[in-house]
Amino acid sequence: MDEQYDVVVMGTGLTECILSGLLSIEGKKVLHMDRNDYYGGESASLNLTQLFKKFRDGDAPAAALGKDRDYNVDLIPKFMMANGELVKILTHTDVTRYLEFKQIAGSYVYRDGVIAKVPATEMEAVRSPLMGLFEKRRAKKFFEFVQNYKADDPATHSGMDINTTPMDNIYKHFGLEAGTIDFIGHALALHLEDSYLNRPAKETFDRITLYMSSMARWGKSPYLYPLYGLGELPQGFARLSAIYGGTYMLDKKVDEIVYENGKVVGVRSGDEIAKCSQVICDPSYAPEKVHTTDRVIRAICLLKGPIPNTDNVDSFQLIIPQNQVKRKNDIYIAGVSASHNVCEKNHYLAIVSTVVETANPQEEIQAGLALLGPIVDKFVQVVDISEPIKDGKDDQVFISKSYDATSHFETVCDDVKDLYKRITGNDLVLKQRLTQEEEQKEMADH
Amino acid sequence: MSQANDAAGPAASNMKPVQVKLVLLGEAAVGKSSLVLRFVNDEFQLNKEPTIGAAFLTQKCRLEDKVIKFEIWDTAGQERFHSLAPMYYRNAQAAVIVYDVTKASSLEKAKSWVKELQRQANPNIVIALTGNKVDLVANRKSRTHNDGEVDEDGEQDAQEIDEDEEDDEDYAITRQVPTEEASAYAQESGLLFFETSAKNGQGVAEVFTEIAKKIPLEHILSSSRGARAGGVNGSNGRVDLQNGANGQRLGGQQEKGGCAC
Ligand SMILES: Cc1cc2nc3c(=O)[nH]c(=O)nc-3n(C[C@H](O)[C@H](O)[C@H](O)COP(=O)(O)OP(=O)(O)OC[C@H]3O[C@@H](n4cnc5c(N)ncnc54)[C@H](O)[C@@H]3O)c2cc1C
Ligand SMILES: Nc1nc2c(ncn2[C@@H]2O[C@H](COP(=O)(O)OP(=O)(O)O)[C@@H](O)[C@H]2O)c(=O)[nH]1
Ligand SMILES: [Mg+2]
Repeated sequence: MDEQYDVVVMGTGLTECILSGLLSIEGKKVLHMDRNDYYGGESASLNLTQLFKKFRDGDAPAAALGKDRDYNVDLIPKFMMANGELVKILTHTDVTRYLEFKQIAGSYVYRDGVIAKVPATEMEAVRSPLMGLFEKRRAKKFFEFVQNYKADDPATHSGMDINTTPMDNIYKHFGLEAGTIDFIGHALALHLEDSYLNRPAKETFDRITLYMSSMARWGKSPYLYPLYGLGELPQGFARLSAIYGGTYMLDKKVDEIVYENGKVVGVRSGDEIAKCSQVICDPSYAPEKVHTTDRVIRAICLLKGPIPNTDNVDSFQLIIPQNQVKRKNDIYIAGVSASHNVCEKNHYLAIVSTVVETANPQEEIQAGLALLGPIVDKFVQVVDISEPIKDGKDDQVFISKSYDATSHFETVCDDVKDLYKRITGNDLVLKQRLTQEEEQKEMADH
Repeated sequence: MSQANDAAGPAASNMKPVQVKLVLLGEAAVGKSSLVLRFVNDEFQLNKEPTIGAAFLTQKCRLEDKVIKFEIWDTAGQERFHSLAPMYYRNAQAAVIVYDVTKASSLEKAKSWVKELQRQANPNIVIALTGNKVDLVANRKSRTHNDGEVDEDGEQDAQEIDEDEEDDEDYAITRQVPTEEASAYAQESGLLFFETSAKNGQGVAEVFTEIAKKIPLEHILSSSRGARAGGVNGSNGRVDLQNGANGQRLGGQQEKGGCAC
């Protein structure tokens, strides 16, 4: 590794791997290291041995759990929005060719003590118990307004400019009930708490539109999930980087980021130094350069069957809006199962998570755990959500943000774009890569 | 070997090809990329940097009663520092594990890959063990001497060898892995066995043909990967992002040739 690189990347989380891939495509010489002997960092999917090493001091997994290799347990609960940015990045870089995706079968919301399906079709909407008949009409008017709103056509604005009008005023305009507002803001716009009510409505309109268009893409739910777990995503982008010349070293201890005159000049591991002019890393590789914004609790639960009251679906998202359980932040439950190749046959994995509000985070997720039915085993983690203190332009050390409490990858993609701009000085423009056939033809023609 | 061969007749060429994921494994510099290049494009380049941007090639192989489309994954160099991603060999239906006949340590590495696949991979995977670079030892059948020094790093010796390559007619390099030893190991482990030269093409087509013959078709047809090319697959909910994004991405072009099977 004693060589000169353009960029040294530390940590193989999704953010780092996407950047590594994009920079390698552009011809940058990239060295990518990870202290773990597996890919993915905080966005990895672990097998049983790795899971027990992380959560149980390396105790041997109970034989009853089954084969090590049948498990790919996600550490973070996230799904891909079918019409979201990550799907665009995947298709443009053609990393999709390494992966297979499945739909998440349903999206649910907890309301007044019952679990209700978020309607995916007009039929489901008409039958949904979430709203009364008159409220449905009001909601219909509201959705029509959202759908028809065109920024450059004041005739569609009903006198409300969404760049300035707070979301709350728009709800009031349509006379929506508190429960409907909760539903739209939390189950569709996927806001984690209620501060959005006082912000301009555009943000929420965009989120509703993303949800609806993602739902329209494949039906059932707005979410997609990669077979074998989320950890496949960083691996796919790492492969992309390697194909374009990126060098990969796992299980590599990093001792020090080396600076000269306040700028990074290399990374030291033992007595080797990889020289470079830029470093990209996740917060754990530069703890003195980040601060904590939130803490999130995540309980990974292994179940023997589908969770009650979700139509026995093999995968789901369930949102418990904060108002329903007198909290500030929603509780999320993300569920996948053996049909996604993440655990043994007939088993399910559910992650219950929320932003920590008290000194006793375990207590805060009880309302979520209570909905799961019998829990075979549970792995609980309280993690700091960190972000860099500085933008990295001075020292050329660019640090990603931790994976936050949102249920999808949109904020991860925002971070990727933001980092890319700071690193290269240019906006990220995704160019369509050649397909496998075109590539092969080019190669043969040379 | 890479001429199109439609001799199998209309029956075979009308058949829908069965897609088979084939991965290459083995120590760095044993000739994995060279073998693929020889098989797919029938070419060989000395000291060539691995082809950037193409670590995923396809090649059709026609047999009497079936057409197999190999989807060939090369390591993209991730094996160099023992950092091959598990996704690489996940779901592989065939593996070519390569060692270098002039380097004993590369057979040991090959054996550890066999173990890894037996632990992690699809139980029906067809594995071929391949001793490459036999052109270097053309006239020597077995180990003549062993200077004991086996380089850990794997790349150095290959480089040295290549420098003297041009006139290897009279430059005999010591074979470190006798054919009988590797072949006996392959037999007891249930692997196909070949010796090849990516440089002169010897034995390369056979590796893929024999794998094609041994692939259990019924398994693949009933397994998951068949669903790849078709949008939402109602029953299992799989989706094809490329297809959704751009209808004609996959399978839009005709591959050339095929191996002489
Ligand atoms: C949370 C949620 C709630 C939904 N509730 C309804 C619903 O109650 N009734 C319904 O018909 N579809 C409902 N839908 C269905 C959703 O709007 C579908 O996307 C739509 O039916 C088909 O959309 P389209 O883009 O093809 O638009 P179109 O074919 O133009 O849409 C069908 C019509 O349904 C209207 N509509 C959308 N939401 C509602 C609503 N909440 N109440 C009344 N009308 C609505 C649309 O504005 C439109 O007029 C709901 C979807 C979600 C995600
Ligand atoms: N003489 C000879 N050299 C080979 C052969 N196959 C590969 N090489 C050379 O060995 C080196 C490494 O080959 P490469 O295909 O990159 O190996 P990989 O790292 O396993 O993919 C290159 O310099 C090749 O030219 C062969 O069959 N005979
Ligand atoms: Mg190679």
